[in-house]
Amino acid sequence: MSAPVVDAPVAQGPGASPAAPRTKSWKASIGLGVTALVSLLVFGLTTPSGVQTTFTIATSSDFVHLPSLTVPAKAAAVTLSLIALALAGYVAFRANQYRKVGIWLPIVFGMAVMGALLAWAGADRSGTTIQLTGLLTSSLFLAVPLVFGSLAGTLCERSGIINIAIEGQLLAGAFLAALLASMMGNAYVGLIAAPIAGGLVGWLLAVFATKYWVNQIVVGVVLNLLVLGLTSFFFSTLMSDNPSLNQPLGLPRVDIPLLSSIPVIGPVLFKQNLLVYIMYAAVIILQIMLFKSRWGLRVRSVGEHPKAADTVGIKVNRTRVRNTVLGGAIAGLGGAFFTVASGLAFGKEMTAGKGYIALAAMILGRWSPKGALAAALLFGFADALRVQLGIIGSDIPSQFLAMTPYLATIFAVAGLVGHSRPPAAEGTPYKK
Amino acid sequence: MKLELREITKRFGDFTANDAISITVESGTVHALLGENGAGKSTLMNVLFGLYDADGGQILLDDEPVTFAGPGDAMAAGIGMVHQHFMLVPVFTVAENVMLGHEQVKGPAKMLDVAAARAKVRELSDRFGFDIDPDAIVENLSVGAQQRVEIIKALSRDAKVLILDEPTAVLTPQETDELLEIVRQLRDSGTAVVLITHKLREVKAVADTITVIRRGKVVGTAEPSASQEELASLMVGRDVSMTVDKDEAQVGDTMLEVSDLTVVDEDSQVTVLDNVSFEVKRGEILAVAGVQGNGQTELAEAILGVIAASSGSVRLDGDELTGRSIRDNLEAGIGFVPEDRTEDGVVATFTVANNLILDLYQGAPYSRRGAIDPKVVTSHAEEQVERFDVRTTSIEALTGSLSGGNQQKVVLARELARDLKLLIASQPTRGLDVGSIEFVHKRIIEERDKGVAVIIVSSELDEVYALADRIAVMYHGRIVDIVEPDTDRDTLGLMMAGAHGDEEEAA
Repeated sequence: MSAPVVDAPVAQGPGASPAAPRTKSWKASIGLGVTALVSLLVFGLTTPSGVQTTFTIATSSDFVHLPSLTVPAKAAAVTLSLIALALAGYVAFRANQYRKVGIWLPIVFGMAVMGALLAWAGADRSGTTIQLTGLLTSSLFLAVPLVFGSLAGTLCERSGIINIAIEGQLLAGAFLAALLASMMGNAYVGLIAAPIAGGLVGWLLAVFATKYWVNQIVVGVVLNLLVLGLTSFFFSTLMSDNPSLNQPLGLPRVDIPLLSSIPVIGPVLFKQNLLVYIMYAAVIILQIMLFKSRWGLRVRSVGEHPKAADTVGIKVNRTRVRNTVLGGAIAGLGGAFFTVASGLAFGKEMTAGKGYIALAAMILGRWSPKGALAAALLFGFADALRVQLGIIGSDIPSQFLAMTPYLATIFAVAGLVGHSRPPAAEGTPYKK
Repeated sequence: MKLELREITKRFGDFTANDAISITVESGTVHALLGENGAGKSTLMNVLFGLYDADGGQILLDDEPVTFAGPGDAMAAGIGMVHQHFMLVPVFTVAENVMLGHEQVKGPAKMLDVAAARAKVRELSDRFGFDIDPDAIVENLSVGAQQRVEIIKALSRDAKVLILDEPTAVLTPQETDELLEIVRQLRDSGTAVVLITHKLREVKAVADTITVIRRGKVVGTAEPSASQEELASLMVGRDVSMTVDKDEAQVGDTMLEVSDLTVVDEDSQVTVLDNVSFEVKRGEILAVAGVQGNGQTELAEAILGVIAASSGSVRLDGDELTGRSIRDNLEAGIGFVPEDRTEDGVVATFTVANNLILDLYQGAPYSRRGAIDPKVVTSHAEEQVERFDVRTTSIEALTGSLSGGNQQKVVLARELARDLKLLIASQPTRGLDVGSIEFVHKRIIEERDKGVAVIIVSSELDEVYALADRIAVMYHGRIVDIVEPDTDRDTLGLMMAGAHGDEEEAA
């Protein structure tokens, strides 16, 4: 899964004339094709014949009980690799017609290759099975902070502010959620506290970026370090002195009636806690608002061409401050994932770089909420896969497994994004 | 609606950009503000449009004083402006750009009513015969079409006063004619039009009243019947000759031979130069004409080697230039005046003296054993400043503090300090005052008369006519044709829009 899939053959000739000659780009299809071939050779052909891989699809508590799926490992790995190869061929076919493919393709492609990897890794391990539902559930769960983080990044960057401080916003949210929820003895309080903490970090970023024109990346990094220092300080003083201020409170799981009984996707999507349901709503609402509402149009104009927005009477810096605070609040809410939504107490540096991966998800998702969701799910899947492979006791050293989400990030951002275009004015302060 | 500006004054620090300027614009008339670049025309209009706060004076609409805190206020009052650099969001559709800022919305979430915006664009587009698709993405439109989108944008807000800031700078001659026709239509429908320009022909063609501004002050008004020479001398403040004196070119052998030069942009995979072939002889000036963005910039840069050729060859005096370093090419005798003076021509934060040795510092006498000799640099700088009449407080002044004309003289002085075989000058007089233009043109012709092959890239037809011994017209990365300098303006205009010169003659 390493190739630019999204080279849109934009007709941007001299003078942006539509009649300019276009050149076909084969980079995407070649990259995907090579990856699929590697998958075929490594996972497909090195899997011993005649052994089985067992995939467990449903948990025993499901309404509809599906049997475990035991497949010949070699056949499964080969088939999945061939599917990946076919997808690469499809990209080549589209490139030949100067067409691009949707974001679904790299994601299906990635899943096929990872499926081949699973079939290979799980081959001939009697006693262990690959928990498909479990894998998907944990993919979604691990994706939660990434989704909130990349939504935050999308909101800020669409208005022209680069938000590197997502990491700090997540951490601040996680901290305040744990603190206030513990004080009040109610995990739901965390969901109110977290966005306040994140919003504050966002506000600091906005003020320095729009009022003092400080380089936004520098401010963002500084804010990350500031939050890291502050939360670590309070963790080792306030919280360690009063353990009652940092309790492992968890949001209860809320099963949605009927929907949660659907096989496979029911338990994955609808047996989650409130934070996950808020995430669904946030993605849908932001997707619609950003592209169909007056607010969205104005935000995007500020991020693309602030002067044009100013000349039609839109307050550029006010829009940017509002969006950055809102973005910070959303990232902060995502921070609640680490503490109250996971049932854990706050721990030092517990966000562990998720904010930066969220930034990558935002770029891979091409600055749109639904793209952010898809990209975050891909990274969540990579993370869940690492856990799963650890459980079945794969031959791959655990350190390499721990790298998978980051490797996936680099490949995704460097390769899949290709020529995707960020908002034109991002990172540039607006001065009259 | 009657618009009156009374005693408007605007200062930037010590510099007075507008000094008590008063003008009155009646509805149903075209009022031209004529002045050189930097005379203060755009500043005045930005004050009117609420982008700048005035330091003094009053704006009156129908004799009522008004104040505008921002462009939103000005628009609400019925003032629309088409900026020189379009205020359009490139990735938005036409309809989105037109509705931005005064959107019609539905429902409590204020969802956009795109259908209403589309209808509005269609209605205005049909009324003026603009042929604009509301769903087209703006960046895919031609410059002329983008300008019409700007006009629709202003009209959709019911502008009674429409300000056009240097509207023809980016248009082909035909598009300019179309625009002037639109201006007449708007005037006839009762709109007051303010036309800001430094082009005399347009003023004479369309203006009802002319106000001339020089150095921030109104220096006079004129009737459109005034001659171009009268208007020019009013604008510049002294008599100006509208032509450049030059002798017949003494053409020698071929100096530069470009064959099948093709450049494909690495990022976008767009072919920016498409099989370009031509030659330039010693002692002749080849002017490359065309609307901006049709490959002229890339042609100049590809010859020097700033951008790599994908295929084809460039031979200077028999030596192949492609594939060599820029330094090798400069040393082979190319002088290069880049298009973007402040970005590529000078290092703004370096002194004048240092800018004058940017391509000379490596060898004797400017440096010895890796150390620059400040005495030589100083004497060289003093000599050049004298010779090129660079108006600077000192050779140690930062180049960025000089006016555009003087910066351009620094670039020319540096490039002409070496013995040249080929001089490439892109937009050599863009943004310069008339005095500097004359100076630069004279220097370029001197180089030609020394037997240097000269390529001038210019989007100003006046400049092309003033300098060219032959004219190459570019369109979409190709050379449409190479013609004699006596080819008339209309034919050149059609060629700039892609029509082949021969076909036109046959037609």
